Amino acid sequence: MSHKGRSGSASQRRARAPVFAALGDETRLSLVAKLSVGQPCSIRRLTSGSKLTRQAITKHLRVLERAGIVHAVRAGRERRFEFDPKPMEEIGKYLDLVSEQWDRTLARLKSFVED
Amino acid sequence: MNDRIEKRIELAAPVSRVWRALTDYREFGEWFRVKLDGPFVPGQVSRGPITYPGYEHVIWEAVIQKMEPERLFSFTWHPYAVDPKTDYAKETPTLVEFRLEKTAGGTLLLLTESGFDKIPSERRLEAFRRNDGGWTEQVKNIENHVAQRP
Repeated sequence: MSHKGRSGSASQRRARAPVFAALGDETRLSLVAKLSVGQPCSIRRLTSGSKLTRQAITKHLRVLERAGIVHAVRAGRERRFEFDPKPMEEIGKYLDLVSEQWDRTLARLKSFVED
Repeated sequence: MNDRIEKRIELAAPVSRVWRALTDYREFGEWFRVKLDGPFVPGQVSRGPITYPGYEHVIWEAVIQKMEPERLFSFTWHPYAVDPKTDYAKETPTLVEFRLEKTAGGTLLLLTESGFDKIPSERRLEAFRRNDGGWTEQVKNIENHVAQRP
């Protein structure tokens, strides 16, 4: 299995740096939840039904954008935000990898103490 | 977002036996595959060369945190710190905790590793790529090695 294509360019990687931090906030998580199931949304649509101001939503979107989790796309005169699953998939895979290492390490501990 | 790893494993051995395997540096080194230079002391660095085939040139290093007899053993470290050219000291380490509970059949071991949110994404990617190459092969080696030496 090759993972080469997934690493992306250096600039993409830098842009993905704060993914965990970006998701460590309930408002941003709810924005991601909204965007991940549907079409790209405008700030106006993301603000409607929320207690937060347009400015606050914009600020949160900017954090998500820097982490590469959402991208802004133009739709006529309007800017819309769309979800990009790649950074989150990447982190999931990293944790899977560390997790597998622990499975092997703990299996060695198990045979060591059960001998 | 989940930033921790949690494992539960039942061990058919008394808590005292598991505690020794975790906290006696020689015993720890046996199954963890590292040759440590001295006993674990909370607050102090523990280090030594990895004995995992292919990684013998790498120095393993952890800072021992808590040693609550037969209950909790923890240390901080840099997971996947296997590139001698990288200075991992600048990065925030993750916290590894081993918790023990007595069960009817022996010991329940709960492992958590937390703090992945602080690891730079560059490093996560590097670890990921590294796995693509020799790592899988090395794991096979070690599994064979363990199987030959039950």
